[in-house]
Amino acid sequence: MKHIAYALGLVAAACASLVLFAQPQPPQEPPRQQQDIILRIEGPPGLPPKLAVPDFIPIGNDSDVVAAAKTIGEVLWDDLNFEREFYLIARDTYRSIPTPASIDQVPLDRWKELNADGVIVGTVRKAPPGIIVQVRLVQVATGTAAFGKEYSGSLNSIATDHGRIYAHTISDEVHLQQRGLPGVARTKLSFTSDRDGERINGPVGDRAISNIYISDYDGANQRRITATRGLDLSPVWFPDRKALAYTSYRTGYPDIIVAYLEQARHTTPAGGTAEKQNFLPAVSPDGTKVAFTSNRDGNSEIYIMNVDGTNMRRLTNHPAIDVAPTFSPPGNQIAFTSDRSGSAQIWIMGIDGSGVQQITRETKCDRATWSPAPFNEIAYTSQSGGGFDIRIFDFATRSTRTITDGIGSNEQPAFAPNGRHIAFNSTRSGKEQIFLIDRDGKNLKQVTRTGVNRYPNWSK
Amino acid sequence: MRRVMTMMAAIGVVAALAACAKPKPPVARPAPPPPAASSGGPTANRPGAPEPVRESPIPPEPMITSDPLMSKDIDEINKNSPFQPVYFALDKSDVDSTGQETLNKNAAVLKKYPSWVITIEGHSDERGTAEYNLSLGERRALAARNYLVSLGIPADRLRTVSYGKEFPFDPGHDEGAWSQNRRAHFVVTSK
Repeated sequence: MKHIAYALGLVAAACASLVLFAQPQPPQEPPRQQQDIILRIEGPPGLPPKLAVPDFIPIGNDSDVVAAAKTIGEVLWDDLNFEREFYLIARDTYRSIPTPASIDQVPLDRWKELNADGVIVGTVRKAPPGIIVQVRLVQVATGTAAFGKEYSGSLNSIATDHGRIYAHTISDEVHLQQRGLPGVARTKLSFTSDRDGERINGPVGDRAISNIYISDYDGANQRRITATRGLDLSPVWFPDRKALAYTSYRTGYPDIIVAYLEQARHTTPAGGTAEKQNFLPAVSPDGTKVAFTSNRDGNSEIYIMNVDGTNMRRLTNHPAIDVAPTFSPPGNQIAFTSDRSGSAQIWIMGIDGSGVQQITRETKCDRATWSPAPFNEIAYTSQSGGGFDIRIFDFATRSTRTITDGIGSNEQPAFAPNGRHIAFNSTRSGKEQIFLIDRDGKNLKQVTRTGVNRYPNWSK
Repeated sequence: MRRVMTMMAAIGVVAALAACAKPKPPVARPAPPPPAASSGGPTANRPGAPEPVRESPIPPEPMITSDPLMSKDIDEINKNSPFQPVYFALDKSDVDSTGQETLNKNAAVLKKYPSWVITIEGHSDERGTAEYNLSLGERRALAARNYLVSLGIPADRLRTVSYGKEFPFDPGHDEGAWSQNRRAHFVVTSK
C-alpha cells in the first residue's frame, strides 16, 4: 500500500518537475502542433532509428546513486526496446565507451562509429529535495538535444529498486514525444499466485490457495496485496489504478470484491450470498461500472451495476452459460463467453443487452479481451489440440489469427492499454506463468517465475 | 463414547467367556421361561413339555448409539465421507444412470440425517478454460442438486459452489485424472 502511494506520488513529482526544453507556450499565443517544434530522431529510410542508452552518469560516489545510474540505463533500454519503435543497439557493444563526467560531454564521434542515430544520456545525483535525474536524447549527427528533462523525487525513489520509475517515465515521455506512442512502461500487471505455498486444510483435504499480486509491467516489484485464506481469482484494474475488482471465495462462495489499494478498505457491491454468487468482474473504461457473472437467477448470466452496487441490471437471459464479460474500449459493448450455440464461443452485445452477435465459431473459446485503440480486435483463449492458444479476431477484416505458437497451453489474454501487447498465462516453461507477447506474436517475455501464476490483467 | 465402548467390550468378554466355559451339552438343561407374555402364554399352557436342547440366548447388547457418524465432528465426517462424488463426461453436466445411483444413495444418507446441510462442489478438468469452467462446475453442482431435490431432499439443505478447475482432485494430466476431476463433490457444512 505504502509502496503504491509512494510510486504514484513519484509520478506526480515527475510531472511537476522542471521541463528544460519543452517550455509551455505563453497563454496568449495560439496552441501550436507539437510536430512543429519537436526534433524527431530518424533512422535511414524505412528503418527504425538506432538508439544507444549507456549507463547514466552518477554525480558523486554515493552507492545508491551509482547503482541507480546503472539501473536506469538498463531499464530504459529494456523499456524502449519493448515497444519496438527504435532499434536499440546492444549495450555490450558500447561498454568500451568511457562514461563522460557530465551530460554536456557526449562523445559524438564514438556514437557515430556505432551508427547510432540517437543516444540517451543522463545523470543521477543527490540534491534537495532528494534525487535529481537529468536526461537528454541527443541527435548524434548534430549533437542537438531532441528531448530533455529533469526529474526529481525523494531519496526513497532510488532506495528500493534503484529508480526504475525514472526509466519508465523517461521511456513513456520519449515514446510520446518522438513517436506519438502512449508507452506502457509505467503500467502495472495484476495476477493471482500461489507462490507463498499457503494451503487450506479444509473438509476436502489439502488445497493450495491463491492470492492477488501486482507488479510493474516488466515483472519488477511483485507484491502480494490480499491475504485471503482461500481462493482469490481474476483481479482487474480500475482505470485510475487505485482499485482492483476481483473474485474472492473468502466467505465460502464467490463474490466480487472491490479493493481500494491506498485506503486499505474494500466493498462487495454485488452483495453476494450463498444463493447469489458473483464472479469474474470487468471494470468499465470510465471506472464507473462493473460487469460480472452471477447465478442469482438460476444459471450463469451477465449483469452490470454501478461500482457502488446500485442500478444492477441483468444483460443476458438464456438457459445457456453466459460468463466472463469484458468491456469494449468505448464502454458501449460487452464481449463474453456463451455456450448457447452448443459450445463455448465469444459473443458481443450492447451494454443494455441488445444486439447479441456471435464472434467466434471454433472448437471452444473463452476469456475475451477487447483491444484499445487504434486497433479494434478481440483476443481470446481458443482450444488448440490438447491445450489452448491465444487468438485474435479483427473486426476490420472479420478474420482471426493465432499469436501463440502451440507451445504449452496458453490462456487468459489481457490487452495492454496501448493495444500492442497481451499478457497471458502459459505452461510453456512448466507450471503456469505470466508472459507478455505482442499482437503480432513477437516479443515474448516471461514476467513471473515463482509458484503458479494466472489471471493476468494489465492496468491503464 | 469411551464409556460405551468399554461397556460393549465388557459384554463381549463376558459372552466369550460364557461360550468357552459351556461344556458340550450332555444333558438337557431347562431354559428360563420366556419373559414376554405374548410368546410365553401358550408355552406356559403346555405343562410337562420338554424344552428343546438349546443354548442360552445372549442378552441383546444395549445399543445406545449404533451410528458413529452422529458423534463425529464435521471435519471427521467429510474426511471419510458417507457421500460419494458424482462424475460427469467431458463438457457435460447431465447426471447419467451411474450418477443417479450414486445420488440415490446420497439422498438416503441425507434422509437418515435430516439436520445435515451439505454443499455440493462443482469441479471440472483442466481441458476446459478457467472462466467457462467456473460456470460449468456450477452447472454440474446444480444438476446434482436438482436431482436430489427431485428425490425429496429440501433445497435449503443443498448449497452449491463451483471451483471450476481450481482444485483438481487428481493433479495428473491424463484421462484417469480428468475423469476424477469432472465431478460434483459433497461436503457436510452443518449438522
